[in-house]
Amino acid sequence: MSFIDKPFRDYAPGTQPDNDSPAYKSTVLRHPAQPRVKIPQTVTELAGPRFSPEKFPPTDNIAVNKGKEALGERIIVEGRVLDEDGRPVPHTMVEIWQANAAGRYNHERDQHDAPLDPDFKGIGRVFTDADGAYRFISIKPGAYPWGNHANAWRPNHIHFSLFGPGYATRLITQMYFPGDPLLALDPIFLATADEAARNRLVSVFDLSITQPNWALGYRFDICLRGRNATPMEDADAHHH
Amino acid sequence: MHTTTSQTIGPYWHLLEDKSWADLTRFGAAGEVITVEGHVFDGAGAPLTDACVEIWQSSPEAGDDFTGFGRSATDSAGHFTFKTIKPGPVPGPGNTLQAPHLAVTVLARGLLIHLTTRLYFEGEAANENDPILGLVEAPRRGTLLARETSAGVWHLDIHLQGDAETVFFEI
Repeated sequence: MSFIDKPFRDYAPGTQPDNDSPAYKSTVLRHPAQPRVKIPQTVTELAGPRFSPEKFPPTDNIAVNKGKEALGERIIVEGRVLDEDGRPVPHTMVEIWQANAAGRYNHERDQHDAPLDPDFKGIGRVFTDADGAYRFISIKPGAYPWGNHANAWRPNHIHFSLFGPGYATRLITQMYFPGDPLLALDPIFLATADEAARNRLVSVFDLSITQPNWALGYRFDICLRGRNATPMEDADAHHH
Repeated sequence: MHTTTSQTIGPYWHLLEDKSWADLTRFGAAGEVITVEGHVFDGAGAPLTDACVEIWQSSPEAGDDFTGFGRSATDSAGHFTFKTIKPGPVPGPGNTLQAPHLAVTVLARGLLIHLTTRLYFEGEAANENDPILGLVEAPRRGTLLARETSAGVWHLDIHLQGDAETVFFEI
């Protein structure tokens, strides 16, 4: 059994949200009531899709559209995608999407009474390099109201979608911004029991990423499931 | 280090959508072309009109002409559809063989972490001895079996909650 065949580790307790989180109202009729069935990871779960920049061209500066600058506070977001052992996840695709500076998505179903920006589409795609590092340029997304409860507002956030090395490493998450007072009121953010885990969704302002007279820099590192260190097959291998 | 916390894909994920991704044969894959389609319903039987359904298959093996991965939005009726190559059997744990199947991921507003299930093909003899189906209590196995509704068109509805709740996996 090769390294690549080693199963991915279970999530650490409390570090993932429970789909049965009634404070977030959309979960009520959408969360499965039956317990999930635990299955072994087979080739289906251990392998996963590969995306190449040739077939899936990157867009790493979404603060500009057809040469025109989007409105808002220009930001640079930079980070590394690592596994739980701190190993880089190289050449993996990162998809991003977000609201504009006024807190409005360029999406027909978003009816928030805030202006659209013709120069901001709010979608990007980047790939990590050999060290797992990624970087993109955007504008800081605005907060926006939503219908979950009276006077509910989503904190400023950028959506991330990652695949990683296997089907079992799929991750969809949201990056937040430091010091946002809405985080303490947000049922989506608060649905994860482990406070340290959810606080890792908050990016860090970084003066070393910040470019003078141009853009503020934020660091957001992402961790994907690592491989189990001691599968049974390893013990067997030592006897050969 | 711990795996980053999942957050919902939300209602505006369509900004990502490229409809061509629902066709896994678009780069020229060869094999038996099939359509896989169905609906996603909530616990009240209402269609999910904003879900993202993804499929992944380890057979045929992914390569330049076949990514093995597809993504489809659900429409106003909660309907998703993919065009792909029919998978063959793949190895399972130990010396077992897995029946042809697709891995299916459901992402949506109201799901804080994605749901993982599988689609098997009704009538495949290999289903009887599939090591994963064998872990599912018999009365619920049918929630994973797609039915061929016309030649080459396989149908499976996904119920997130309720009497017909689909079996979801912890992987």
